[in-house]
Amino acid sequence: MKMLVCVSKTPETTTKIQLTADKTDLDKGGVQYIMNPYDEWYALVRALELKEAGGGSVTILNVGPADNDSVIRKGLAIGADDAIRVNSEGGGSLYIAKQIAAQAEGYDIVFFGKETIDYNGSEVGAMVAELLGVAYVGEASHLEMNGNVATITRDIEGGVEVVEVSTPLAISAAKGMAEQRIPNMRGIMMAKRKPLNVVEPVDAPSTTEVASYELPPAKSAVKLIDPENMDELVRLLHEEAKVI
Amino acid sequence: MVLVFAEATNGKFKKAAHEVVTYGAKTAAALGSDCVALTLGNVEDAGDLGRFGATKVYNVSAPELAGFDSGVFTAAIAGAAQQLGAKVIVLSHNSTGKNLTGRLAARLDAGSAPGVKAVPVVDGGKFTVRKAVFSGKAFADVEILTDTKVVSLVGNSIPVEESGSAVGVESLTVELPAPKVKVLSTKRAEGTTPLPEAELVVSGGRGLKGPENWGVINDLADALGATTACSRPVADSDWRPHHEHVGQTGVAIHPNLYIAAGISGAIQHLAGVNSSKTIVVINKDPEAPFFKAADYGVVGDLFEVLPRLTEAVKKFKSA
Ligand SMILES: Cc1cc2nc3c(=O)[nH]c(=O)nc-3n(C[C@H](O)[C@H](O)[C@H](O)COP(=O)(O)OP(=O)(O)OC[C@H]3O[C@@H](n4cnc5c(N)ncnc54)[C@H](O)[C@@H]3O)c2cc1C
Ligand SMILES: Cc1cc2nc3c(=O)[nH]c(=O)nc-3n(C[C@H](O)[C@H](O)[C@H](O)COP(=O)(O)OP(=O)(O)OC[C@H]3O[C@@H](n4cnc5c(N)ncnc54)[C@H](O)[C@@H]3O)c2cc1C
Repeated sequence: MKMLVCVSKTPETTTKIQLTADKTDLDKGGVQYIMNPYDEWYALVRALELKEAGGGSVTILNVGPADNDSVIRKGLAIGADDAIRVNSEGGGSLYIAKQIAAQAEGYDIVFFGKETIDYNGSEVGAMVAELLGVAYVGEASHLEMNGNVATITRDIEGGVEVVEVSTPLAISAAKGMAEQRIPNMRGIMMAKRKPLNVVEPVDAPSTTEVASYELPPAKSAVKLIDPENMDELVRLLHEEAKVI
Repeated sequence: MVLVFAEATNGKFKKAAHEVVTYGAKTAAALGSDCVALTLGNVEDAGDLGRFGATKVYNVSAPELAGFDSGVFTAAIAGAAQQLGAKVIVLSHNSTGKNLTGRLAARLDAGSAPGVKAVPVVDGGKFTVRKAVFSGKAFADVEILTDTKVVSLVGNSIPVEESGSAVGVESLTVELPAPKVKVLSTKRAEGTTPLPEAELVVSGGRGLKGPENWGVINDLADALGATTACSRPVADSDWRPHHEHVGQTGVAIHPNLYIAAGISGAIQHLAGVNSSKTIVVINKDPEAPFFKAADYGVVGDLFEVLPRLTEAVKKFKSA
């Protein structure tokens, strides 16, 4: 099976978000980057498990500038065979989806994470599926293959739905699909020699633009309640916060 | 025209459907246009959506829509939008919406804003709408540059408002592709409100010491009519089911009230819960970082504080 895993680069989860003075961008000074956790922990690892069980190949794809190569190399160190980077500074979700779709023909399964932890769009996978005209199952927590038929469990509000789909298909991975793998020394050494093909982007307009960012208002100081007096807490929740 | 996709579960609308129609009506008002609702498949009393501001309700029913296939649903919604000449499409940012927003945007070559929290600002031809980014650590005001626009609304971010009365329902015929996805089974927990939709949430962390101690959390949740949640290590240790895990890598929630007991307040936990309107933290360590993000704090042993709080809630409810 030929598998493609789309990975995004995101700020590390403990990053304190600060903005540039004109509020049009994240202040990137001092920010550490990682591979988007859903892409790394679940999508990539499940693709590798399927390859280990049934053969085939796992290719990593990122749309981004050259400094994303370190994140891509990490994916190769975890076990992907090769990688493609579409050389671009990005241009919004539909722009990224069009770049991915231009590379994604001929794969049996195209994997995504359920969302990026920076822009939280949850939309690129569905966009690519529509552009390719294939089935899409979002927020999937289990994926089993039997020949070319996938049985997928997807998360829905307060429950799960189990579906069956034939390849080719696109899927976005949520918690439960696999367990995180830490690359070992051998993997890291081998990753340096694996092919990372850089290709140029196709033409696509931006459909959205972030006009500005804003930080949430600072929380006022916590009101401490006497642990013996929970009637007081209930009164405040009712009268002051008006939530019960 | 603003077209709202109002989802029904087993033929009935949930609060999310009323929220998106309210949102659509307000968006239409900002644009000086009309809001219509679209329902797919068999829906009871679809015209009731008029109460929340839809001037008309359309329905597409076809055997292809019996199970959820994002490709078929996208064809239905996009087809209806094109027939009606709708320029703005509104959906819920729930599991169904997350399977559809991107497909619709790609199909219509439209700009999209997934996960918006407020009604768009329309100013001199600019359409700008606010969404949460960095898992709630910041907001982005996103301008949609295309003529056709797709937005999906986060649950519990605007109040439902009644502004009209029931309206007529008209059938539409849209050409649909054959489904590629076959639904084998659908399971939903009965009774409790799912976490992403919950208004009241009671959550436990490692401070609970073990799964056998969850009674104190469940009792408070039952007294309040709240949904239960947990921190990531609790789910990873299988003390609680994975779907209860909230935070940056779990479910992002936006209830009116979030009560956290025995949770330290790590940044990744806060990322998924900081959109809660009111946060109560119960922790025996006065230095726990969660107190900085809390509205109300109780420094004490949760095994004493929670039962006391449960009693106080019961007293309040019966008063
Ligand atoms: C303030 C800000 C700063 C940013 N800075 C950078 C940066 O420095 N470098 C950078 O590379 N990107 C950067 N991005 C882009 C960002 O990481 C996302 O790739 C992009 O915003 C799409 O996000 P989304 O939430 O719509 O994706 P979603 O729809 O939530 O993503 C779903 C899945 O699509 C796939 N996917 C998403 N984006 C890509 C991609 N670019 N390539 C391959 N697969 C992808 C992944 O599998 C992901 O899990 C930045 C975004 C913002 C908002
Ligand atoms: C990439 C990444 C992603 C992550 N994503 C998430 C996520 O999505 N969600 C998440 O929750 N975590 C996430 N984490 C983990 C996070 O960093 C913390 O480790 C975790 O949230 C801690 O869980 P906790 O608060 O239950 O436990 P602890 O940090 O151990 O805190 C237990 C608290 O209980 C208090 N306590 C103990 N006994 C009592 C008592 N008797 N009465 C009252 N208080 C008591 C203690 O004072 C302490 O503050 C992530 C981590 C990483 C690296």
